[in-house]
Amino acid sequence: MDHLDALEAESIYILREAKAKLDRLAILWSLGKDSNVVIWLCKKAFFGHVPFPVLHIDTGKKFPEMYAFRDRYAKEWGLSFIREECPPLEATDPTLPPAARSAARKTLGLKAALAKYGFEGLILGIRRDEEAIRAKERIFSPRDESGQWQLKDQPPEFWDHFMTSFPKGTHVRVHPILNWTELDVWKYTRREGIPVIELYFAKDGKRYRSLGDQDITFPVPSTADTLDAIIAELESTKIPERAGRAMDHEAEDSFERLRRAGYM
Amino acid sequence: MPHALAARPLPIVIVGHVDHGKSTFVGRLLYETGSLPEGKLEAVKASSERRGMPFEWAFVLDAMQSERDQGVTIDTTQIRFRSKLRPYLIIDAPGHKEFLKNMVTGAAKAEAALLVIDAQEGAQEQSRRHGYLLHLLGIREVAVLVNKMDLVGYSAERFGAVAEDFRAYLADLGVEPKAIVPISAREGDNLTRHSPRMPWYQGPSVLEVLDSFPYAALPVDRPLRMPVQDVYKFDQRRIIAGRLESGRLQVGDRVLFSPSNKTARIKTIEAWHVPEPPAEAVAGQSIGITLDEPIFVERGEIMSHESDPPLLTNVFKARIFWLGERPLVIGANYKLKLATTEATVVVEAIEKAIDTAELRPLPPEAIPRNAAGEVVLRSKRILALDEYRSNPRTGRFVLVEDFIPVGGGTISMEGYPDQRQLLTVRASNLTAVGHAVSRAARAARNGHKGGVLWFTGLSGAGKSTLALALERELFAKGYHVYVLDGDNIRGGLCRDLGFSPEDRAENIRRVGEVAALFADAGFIAISSFISPYRSDRQRAREAAGENFHEIYVKADLAVCEQRDPKGLYKRARKGEIKDFTGISAPYEPPENPELVVPTDELGLEDCIALLLRYVEEHFRL
Repeated sequence: MDHLDALEAESIYILREAKAKLDRLAILWSLGKDSNVVIWLCKKAFFGHVPFPVLHIDTGKKFPEMYAFRDRYAKEWGLSFIREECPPLEATDPTLPPAARSAARKTLGLKAALAKYGFEGLILGIRRDEEAIRAKERIFSPRDESGQWQLKDQPPEFWDHFMTSFPKGTHVRVHPILNWTELDVWKYTRREGIPVIELYFAKDGKRYRSLGDQDITFPVPSTADTLDAIIAELESTKIPERAGRAMDHEAEDSFERLRRAGYM
Repeated sequence: MPHALAARPLPIVIVGHVDHGKSTFVGRLLYETGSLPEGKLEAVKASSERRGMPFEWAFVLDAMQSERDQGVTIDTTQIRFRSKLRPYLIIDAPGHKEFLKNMVTGAAKAEAALLVIDAQEGAQEQSRRHGYLLHLLGIREVAVLVNKMDLVGYSAERFGAVAEDFRAYLADLGVEPKAIVPISAREGDNLTRHSPRMPWYQGPSVLEVLDSFPYAALPVDRPLRMPVQDVYKFDQRRIIAGRLESGRLQVGDRVLFSPSNKTARIKTIEAWHVPEPPAEAVAGQSIGITLDEPIFVERGEIMSHESDPPLLTNVFKARIFWLGERPLVIGANYKLKLATTEATVVVEAIEKAIDTAELRPLPPEAIPRNAAGEVVLRSKRILALDEYRSNPRTGRFVLVEDFIPVGGGTISMEGYPDQRQLLTVRASNLTAVGHAVSRAARAARNGHKGGVLWFTGLSGAGKSTLALALERELFAKGYHVYVLDGDNIRGGLCRDLGFSPEDRAENIRRVGEVAALFADAGFIAISSFISPYRSDRQRAREAAGENFHEIYVKADLAVCEQRDPKGLYKRARKGEIKDFTGISAPYEPPENPELVVPTDELGLEDCIALLLRYVEEHFRL
């Protein structure tokens, strides 16, 4: 087994634990490279099937390429697809900086969707190496009745025994690729031939390393226009992945505040 | 190490007492190896300035606002860096006592550990506690960093004193550190190269120590274990899913599921989006299989080869660490999670409770938060498991209370038998032949019912004395009665058995069956054996079917030891007899015996009178 095999095996184990122990589960599909890998891993874990609804919390501000990708692969992958809209900006915490406020719409949209469908668990493609606060996450990460993350008092998690039962009214975030890196995601995408949105590839000297809303996501300088070139670029770069995500950088604790409140 | 794995980051945990400089060490190591992301150092420096705080290397790691405000790491985090040899995953664990659960969360993922100690303060409470926990978590590759050498004038003497003190503590745990390195994390001494400020130190730099840690090998050569995670019905295939925790598997292998004891052959190994269907699988892989027979298997069972199955038991010993806010106490129920199975267990005994900071014994009534200990756990149903030393993945477990994991433990079966042989029904093709003479007819002719008086109790409690006296009395009163004891059983029927826990269990199984035959023949069979295990007595009860009476011949261990009619206790105390009940092997007293005969309170006459009354009442027609 090589390193990618080991990561894949761990993720499959996590997804199967989630399916065995939780009743109403959904996958959050942000249309980016990470959640595409999660959907792919589901097909690996469940022998070609994705046995959970796939939820897109739509801010209405994604790139057209992302919507085209979504509509195509929701069909091709045979997904049980759900689209939910986010509430307007006015509904968010006005003390947050502007870009974080924009991102917070997603948190509210997610909470509304959870309430509407009664999901007990949500599978997300976040990774520890993306951001220092995400590095502290658990693989099975409980959220309290108000959807908040108690990051200062997380349950212990060891020996692959996850927290799989919960008090009523709470839900759990399941993070099957938490231990992967950006580079792992691309190497796996290349090995498996997972489809990719073309925005990730360099055009006119720039490419997107991370995809979010059009107005708060910016491309970074790059000439990487193939998977091989992206992998080579990441093996040498020291620019952080979320450099192009405005909401992370407005204030020192923006991201921490977003995540405590339930941001993914 | 094979080249294919060279790209795998080695997970290393950094542990130690609060403020001894773990995060500072990691921050500086990242800087020294050129691993900080672009702009990170500048951003953190600017932020420190804004707050009017002096810059600390730890700030590049402590991500939470409250971590930076308080200068304390609250939860574990992970950082990657690369040496010339290979990539690393650095797990920074909090050193504050309050956050021990987070330390465990971080450390359990590691394959090696660096334990940081302040040269000024020397080893403190959490230094020792973390050392102990590393050991319990199964991390054997450990190095010690004696930090803040700049604050002790780079003194070789001070280093020697701190190093020797902690080396002695680790030796008590059975841990031999790979190296003890004097460093100054703040100044960067001895991290990636030898510091000119400590010419007296000839050992390796931290980076050299890291590069010398081996990868943990996947247990491919241990016996096959695949805990069943789930069973899926997809596209007309019934797929059993699970991860191979150890061993290897091939299509066509005959496999056994425990504890249900069902067998079948592997028909296919299923996989999606692979060039061709796999013919074999090895430890570490998450797989799916189909079987050649439609046997019923469910989540929680362990699949193995027939020749090397897991143990079956409903009681075991464990070394545990406790994180729960409420202490672990005798009689408490917890949810046990072991591989993919879950079961309710009760704490039957606490044999030891240990303050891990001082390696000091605590009163064995409870195991408080952040302490460790040795306990006996009993489950209502039979579990398939392994001893930790023979298979860590299926020999360790987590205890859960109120949804939260509160403890972890490793299993030992010392003094307890494997119940597999006793539970496996080999002669399943026999049909019982109905006797022409009924039990009732025999009882009518004898004037009393047949049955079993099952005496159980410690050696020296008076079982044989009572059994023989009772036999004499009952015989005189016209009862058909016979005593089964070591003298007439061990010499013949069980001549092939020794005194290991398994052999003792088999001995009792045979006595149970023979007693049942005597009872069926209309006799009162009095069996006089220590029979220390509840599960064995339960089987004897099931063999007898009806009219089984468990008689607890009760005397305190101290009383029995004082009586010591055969001098056995003395020899056991000297270690001359292994697995001696009450001394080096457990005695599980009956929970609901039909009768208790307290031989340390009543004289022989009174005991016999009590027994005679009981028999008259329950056996006479």
